[in-house]
Amino acid sequence: MDVRRESEATPTKNRTGVERKSERELVVTRTVNAPARLVFEAWTKAELFRRWWVPKSYGLTLLSCEMDVRVGGQYRLVFRHEDSTMEFFGTYLEVTPHSRLVWTNEEGDNGKTVTTVTFDENAGKTLLVVHDRYPSKEALDSGSTGAMPEALDQLDELLASLGPSSITK
Amino acid sequence: MVQYSQVRFDASFGALSDATRRGVLEQLGRADASITALAERFHMTLTGMKKHVGVLEQAGLVSTEKVGRVRTCKLGLRGLEEEAAWIERYRQLWAARFDELDIVVEELKRKEKANGRKKRK
Repeated sequence: MDVRRESEATPTKNRTGVERKSERELVVTRTVNAPARLVFEAWTKAELFRRWWVPKSYGLTLLSCEMDVRVGGQYRLVFRHEDSTMEFFGTYLEVTPHSRLVWTNEEGDNGKTVTTVTFDENAGKTLLVVHDRYPSKEALDSGSTGAMPEALDQLDELLASLGPSSITK
Repeated sequence: MVQYSQVRFDASFGALSDATRRGVLEQLGRADASITALAERFHMTLTGMKKHVGVLEQAGLVSTEKVGRVRTCKLGLRGLEEEAAWIERYRQLWAARFDELDIVVEELKRKEKANGRKKRK
């Protein structure tokens, strides 16, 4: 992952924190070494956003990225992964320059997830807090980053295909 | 999930072959519960529920702790490990994302400097 030499220019890599605040909420935090206006720009200009939102190591291609960053405006991201395409889309609910962004994620089947990003500048650095509120615990557990109880699911699938009678122990 | 030993796998397999036990796991995924509460929830005797919980416990899917006269059940270590692994995957995604964001932002900083801070209001 650390093939990029230029990243060594900033040896103090900032830590990314993740906390499951409740059954329905995930919070991600990170400090960026730049004033909030620049960080906000990177979150709200499509040509900048598309350069970092999809990490290069994830094997996804961002086919298109449209962002109409204003209250009521829409965004739509289209990815290709191997042979399939995925779309992520939603609506901006709040746009407060340099301090706060709120949008919905409407691609899911079980209701909307609401993402709130706050930009908190202090001494030239910006604390980013990304807060996701899922419509239900189930939606969070089966989120786009991969299901949590996947081992249980796999066992369940096995059981379903074999039937209890084939378990001879 | 290949790292689980065959023995463990077989135990889990047996533990999950029962609809009630799967229901108990689902229930405990939402919140810890006492054996009494679980027995009530699944309309069975205390003894019957104790047996089910025992099977889940042996498979490492559930752990129990007795405080006073109440035995509380929660998802076992395996469940916790999976949650931790999942959170870690999520954290890695965001860390990778933010590392790229740092590069974009550094570039903006350099540009701003080069432009003599023309952009500043």
